[in-house]
Amino acid sequence: MRHLLSIEDLEREDIERILSSAAFFADVADRPIKKVPSFRGRLVINLFYEASTRTRSSFELAAKRLSTDVLNVVSSGSSVEKGESLHDTVSTLSAYGPDAIVIRSPHAGAPALVAGWSGAGVVNAGDGKHQHPTQALLDVYVLRERLGDLDGRSIWIVGDVLHSRVARSCAQAFRKLGAEVTFAGPPTLVPKELEALGCEVRHTLEDIGDADVVYALRLQHERMREAFLPSLGEYTSNYQINSRRLKARQLLMHPGPVNRGVELSGEVIDAPQSLIIQQVRAGIVVRMAVLVEVLTGSHAADPTRQPLPSPEPQLA
Amino acid sequence: MVDVPETVVLEEGDITRALTRIAHEIAERNAHPAGHAAEGGTAIVGIHRRGVHLARRLQPQLSELVAGDVPLGSLDISFYRDDLGLRADAPVVGGTQLDFAIDGATVVIVDDVLFTGRTVRAAIDALLEYGRPARVQLAVLIDRGHRELPIRPDYVGKNLPTARGERVNVRVAELDGLDEVTISQARVLA
Repeated sequence: MRHLLSIEDLEREDIERILSSAAFFADVADRPIKKVPSFRGRLVINLFYEASTRTRSSFELAAKRLSTDVLNVVSSGSSVEKGESLHDTVSTLSAYGPDAIVIRSPHAGAPALVAGWSGAGVVNAGDGKHQHPTQALLDVYVLRERLGDLDGRSIWIVGDVLHSRVARSCAQAFRKLGAEVTFAGPPTLVPKELEALGCEVRHTLEDIGDADVVYALRLQHERMREAFLPSLGEYTSNYQINSRRLKARQLLMHPGPVNRGVELSGEVIDAPQSLIIQQVRAGIVVRMAVLVEVLTGSHAADPTRQPLPSPEPQLA
Repeated sequence: MVDVPETVVLEEGDITRALTRIAHEIAERNAHPAGHAAEGGTAIVGIHRRGVHLARRLQPQLSELVAGDVPLGSLDISFYRDDLGLRADAPVVGGTQLDFAIDGATVVIVDDVLFTGRTVRAAIDALLEYGRPARVQLAVLIDRGHRELPIRPDYVGKNLPTARGERVNVRVAELDGLDEVTISQARVLA
């Protein structure tokens, strides 16, 4: 795989291949030596135009565990603040010869542009309201670890779906693996048009008991320029996931960071059915697997080199 | 894909006999205090994919010969290869299983074909990240020559002189429905 820009570009078997490498890396993470050496000396650049703790740090750790060198570029304190355009920043960084660029941007489509400008493999670490494919892959990884497979499972994605790239990516990934996805939340944040993604749309949590998995989204104050909600209190009384609404058999997920007491009540965050910490842990191994996809063949793309055929047991 | 003619060089019975002989050689060569690998015993580790199945067949025979339970493991060396950056596709990973301590043990790495030696180099690197075995030995069903690294096998089922361009196909019943080893000409790349 040359780039990972959107879950839409992946087939089910691509997702399954990535998840099985991730499972291998989970074993590596239990060893005294938590690194593998094949990508020694490759360069991965993390280019972050938006605040991020877990995504950036897990990409950094993932790259280091693949033995690559990592360069972190964040917009604050860099030439971006001085007004340099994305194109010029990418051209400059490309002069260092990166093998992969991981980019987070507030603008939908920015990673696709970077893929066109640079010879490096590009991984989308979140672009505006569009996509966050590695989050979706790690969520699928966590769910498969717990449930075996997703075929026929009912997954409810609750909250601010409209502003959420996570919701979009997750819904696509869950559906590709055979789950049924329902979006739930107030009509202003979960418009009917979302049915176009092949998901059901609900405006109450009446039937949430049918869900096998409840995936709560963060209420994104920073993306809300208009008044989408009458009040925070009204939102929490109608849509907060709490111990009254969540049954013991249901699993709970959240992409983080959590607004404690808003979309989730404190007691469910720490309940045994909550997979939130597992999601964070999966972030590293799944991002390792994604970087492997992009770094494999990074040199084959060089026209001066001949690509080798696919691995055969023969090459023993 | 066009069918390439293949010449059978080992049949089921030959493979079984070769493995039995290797099991005896491993037993003769190494000291076996009954008990754990960690106490100086021998362990068997197969390389994905066909080496794993060959190792699985060696293990009960060896256990019987030494009258003790020989630990069995498997190694996936995908992320230890030296050519990942050159390949077009990401590897399909089989997983590593080494649920015994290898410190102080004699670890016999098992693979189907020894060719350039690069897989074995990767396997040794991968193995050493789990601990410090007393010694590492190599058992292969077929040694076809053409080494690119200074690596030699300790136990060989059959030495098979080949031309570089030829292919050696090892089939095991568990994956391929039958046991056999054949030689064919290299696929002609369009």
